[in-house]
Amino acid sequence: MIAAVIALAGLSAVLAVALLARSGFRVRKPRAGIRRVLVPFTGGTLDPTVLDAAIRLAQAEDATLVPAYLLLVPLQYAEDSPLRDEVAVAVPLLEAVEHAALRAGVPVDARIEKGRSPTHALRRLWDEERFDRIVAPAPNGREDGFTAKDVTWILAHAPSETIVLKPTPLTAA
Amino acid sequence: MAAGVGKTYRMLLEGRQAQEEGRDVVIGYLEPHDRPETTALAEGLEGVPRLQAQHGALELQEMDVDAVIRRAPKLALIDELAHTNAAGMRNEKRWQDIEEVLDAGIDVISTVNVQHLESQNDAIFELTEIRVRETFPDRILDEADEVVLVDLSPEELQERLRAGKVYPKERAQVALENFFRSDKLAVLRELALREVAEDVEARRVARTLEPLSQQAVAERVLALVEPQPKSQRIMRRAWRSAQRLGTEMDAVWVRPPGRPPTEEEVTQVAALRRLAGILGAHFLEEEGDDLVAAVRHVAAERGSTYIFVGTPDESRRREIFGGSLLSRMVRELPGLDIRVVANRADRDRLTE
Repeated sequence: MIAAVIALAGLSAVLAVALLARSGFRVRKPRAGIRRVLVPFTGGTLDPTVLDAAIRLAQAEDATLVPAYLLLVPLQYAEDSPLRDEVAVAVPLLEAVEHAALRAGVPVDARIEKGRSPTHALRRLWDEERFDRIVAPAPNGREDGFTAKDVTWILAHAPSETIVLKPTPLTAA
Repeated sequence: MAAGVGKTYRMLLEGRQAQEEGRDVVIGYLEPHDRPETTALAEGLEGVPRLQAQHGALELQEMDVDAVIRRAPKLALIDELAHTNAAGMRNEKRWQDIEEVLDAGIDVISTVNVQHLESQNDAIFELTEIRVRETFPDRILDEADEVVLVDLSPEELQERLRAGKVYPKERAQVALENFFRSDKLAVLRELALREVAEDVEARRVARTLEPLSQQAVAERVLALVEPQPKSQRIMRRAWRSAQRLGTEMDAVWVRPPGRPPTEEEVTQVAALRRLAGILGAHFLEEEGDDLVAAVRHVAAERGSTYIFVGTPDESRRREIFGGSLLSRMVRELPGLDIRVVANRADRDRLTE
C-alpha cells in the first residue's frame, strides 16, 4: 500500500514536471514595465542607433518601450480619413521595431498616431497618454524624419525628460 | 458641383418623369431660392406641409419627416441633403431625416454640392480658402443607388449668375468676386467630376462579381482585442490581411461585466480605438463573461469570416481542466478561419 502511494506520488511529480516543462515556464517573457519610454519617429524610417539606445534605456529602467510612428495627414484629406498607403509603410516598420525590442527582452506597446505635422501628432499622443521619458532622433540630414524645428518644439513642449539622439552619420555614396 | 448649376431643377425633372410613369411622387422639401424656372417645374407635384421653427426673430421652415413618412409615397424629393436643421428638430441634419425616410421604405432623390462631402472638406478649404460648415458623411453617397452629376462650365455658371438666375442681381456681383470666381469653380467642378468617376468605378467593380459568387468569396476580418499592448499587434496583423483580401475589418473587445475598467485599461482601449480609426477599422465593444459566445454573436452580426486572436495567456492547468480557449473557438465558431497572432520574436525559441 505504502509502495503504491509512493509510486503514485512519484508519477504525479513526473507528470507535473513534464507539464511545467511543456508550458515553457523557463522562457523569460518581457513583463510590462511601469515606466514608459516613448520613441517617436516619422518619415518611413527609425535610425538603428536611436532604436538601440532607446532599447538599452528601457532595459536599464525596466520600462516599456513605446515606439510611435507619426503619420502625417495631408491637408486635402479630413483628419479622420484612413490613410492606407501611409499605414502600409508604418505597420511593417513598427513590427520590425517591436521585434527588435522583444528580442532584447523589453516589453513594447507600439502606437501609430496621426496629425497634420509630426508635432501635431505628438501633441495628440501626449494629450492621451503618459510617458516618463522621450527619446527623439535628431534631424538626419535627409528630407524624412524630424526637422530641427520639430526637435526644438519637442524640447520646449515635451511633458517629460527628453533625450535627442544623433542618428547614424550619412555615409557618402 | 455648386449653387446655381441646376440641381434642384434636375431633381424636379426626375420627379416629374417618375410621376408621368405612374409613380406616387411628393416634394418632401424644396428650396426654390425664388427661381421662377424651379417654382414652375414644381407645380403639379404634391408638397408635404413643412414644419415651422422659430430661431430668434427668424421664422424657419423645415421638412416634416413624420408627415412624409405618414404620407408614404413611392418617391420623395428632398432638396439640400447637407442642410443643418433648426434647433429643436429631431435630427440635427437633413441627411439624418432622409435616412429615416429611406428606412420607412420610401425612395428619395436629393441634391448636394460636392463641397459638402466630409472627405473633401479640407481640400475645399485649401483650394478655395472657404471652410464649409455643413458637411455629410461620405457613406451617404456610397449608399446611394445612383449619383448624377449636374455639370456646368464655370463660364456658363457665371453667366447664369450675372443674369440673376441664381441670386438676385445685387448679390450676384459679390458672389462673382468670392465663391463664384472662375478658379474656384474650376476646382469644384474637377472635384465633382472626380468624385462621380470614382463612384462609377466602385460600382463597376462591385458588379463584376455575381451576388452568389460574391457571397462565396466575401471575407470580413474580425480582430479580438484586449486592453493590452499585444492587441496593437493583433490589429496591425489583421489589417494587413484585410488589405490583402481587399476586405473590411472589425475589432472587438469583449468587456467583462460588472467591473469598471481600470485606468490602464481605459488608456489601452482609447489607444486601440485611435488605431482602429487610423486603419479604417470598426471598433466594437461587447459585454460578456463568455468570450467565445460573445465572439460568435459579433461574427454572426458582422458577417465575419476570419478571426484574429492573440496567443492566449492561459495556464496549463486551466487548459487541462477548463478546456483551451482555442479549441473551444474552433469547436464553437464553425465556418470561420482562426489565426493566432504570435510574437515574431518568439521564433528565436524554435532553435533552442
